[in-house]
Amino acid sequence: MQPTSLVNIGDYSRDDIFRILQSTLKFKQNPNRDLLQGKVCATLFFEPSTRTRLSFETAVNRLRGRIVGFSDSATSSSTKGESLKDTIMMVSNYADIIIMRHHLEGSARYASEISPVPIINAGDGSNQHPTQTMLDLFTIYETQGTLENLTITIVGDLKYGRAVHSLIHGLSHFNPTFNFVAPEELHIPDKYKTFCDRKNIPYNEFTDFSPDSINSADILYMTRVQKERFTDLMEYEKVKNVYVLHNDMLKDSKDNLKVLHPLPRVKEINQDVDDNPKAYYFEQAKNGMYTRQAVICDLMGIKTELL
Amino acid sequence: MRKELQVAALENGTAIDHIPANAVFKVVSLLKLQNLSNRITIGNNFKSNKMGSKGIIKVADKFFREDELNRIALVAPNVNLNIIRNFEVVEKKKVVLPDEIIEIVKCNNPKCITNNEPMKTRFHVIDKEKVELQCHYCELKIRKEEVVLL
Repeated sequence: MQPTSLVNIGDYSRDDIFRILQSTLKFKQNPNRDLLQGKVCATLFFEPSTRTRLSFETAVNRLRGRIVGFSDSATSSSTKGESLKDTIMMVSNYADIIIMRHHLEGSARYASEISPVPIINAGDGSNQHPTQTMLDLFTIYETQGTLENLTITIVGDLKYGRAVHSLIHGLSHFNPTFNFVAPEELHIPDKYKTFCDRKNIPYNEFTDFSPDSINSADILYMTRVQKERFTDLMEYEKVKNVYVLHNDMLKDSKDNLKVLHPLPRVKEINQDVDDNPKAYYFEQAKNGMYTRQAVICDLMGIKTELL
Repeated sequence: MRKELQVAALENGTAIDHIPANAVFKVVSLLKLQNLSNRITIGNNFKSNKMGSKGIIKVADKFFREDELNRIALVAPNVNLNIIRNFEVVEKKKVVLPDEIIEIVKCNNPKCITNNEPMKTRFHVIDKEKVELQCHYCELKIRKEEVVLL
């Protein structure tokens, strides 16, 4: 059965992922279609996130849907003490689909259980952000021509990085090999290593950002190492420049390598990488819009096979 | 020689024996015994060869559903349940940890929606042996020793 809401990347089977990828390809060829004419989409951003909200809202606008909602809970009735349940029940009276971001973890799952209309989780605290994973999977598929048997090197904050955890989950259907490159304090949590072990997914762990980890990769997935994540600031000072990608580090990398990043980037990718054709993070962000068009249409039962 | 009973025998009903002494009143509340008008005997800190001290609860003319009884599996996993009819034990049961635990355990994540909305908590039992739970909402995993009851 196709999912009725998208809360967690685990809600999507391998078939679901492929269906969304195929649909995303069509939206990338032409994102301007009348598929949401007469539909109202609610974007409820209890926590501000301009980048994600603009991506969703542009996705809807280009499909001729209309948008209601708020971009900050300060302008919603939750400041008056209204429960999430009541807000969702009210908004579902008006809208055909609800896209929500909330600072509380599990809020989207709860909303999906009480809402009569589909819910898309646009981030629930540090828990899940499944459309980020879908756009990552699409970008990998688009640049590599497949999702199967790829080597993915993931660099930076592997402990708290929500995008990283969901990407491991999303790729687990496709026989990947992972290289985890992270400082000691931010290394990949045991539960993801157990997950890989259970799924027979090979992985290597590194604390240094070595040429090997770059040159063996098909995808180099960079993430931010944030100062506030460190309990020991001396440790941060030691590692802050270690996990930074410079253009010359890509000189012996594979021809098919693409550098991805969930953005925003700070210093972890030097600007001299931007002009390298292997830098693909801005295109990756753009892919978010097409992926969201595909996810929205899929959940609303709008068929895209014949487009 | 007849062994002396530590509480009066039950004609018909359910006797729950070998409850850990510190869990007796939790069992009372999980089974919602305070709402019953049946005759109930609650005993605690009885001597037990197996466990040092133990609690016993006897509820006259009450036969619990399995899902009701399984609610106590988290706090009293090794109790003996005796179903009694006409002063005879007609059935002995063990409690089993269910696949899902609803409205019993608190989520330890302060940022979990269940700690911020008037709603039921819900956990999946992901390891029945080790008693490991996972919050259905925020996905936090909780080990046995971290479990906090509502």
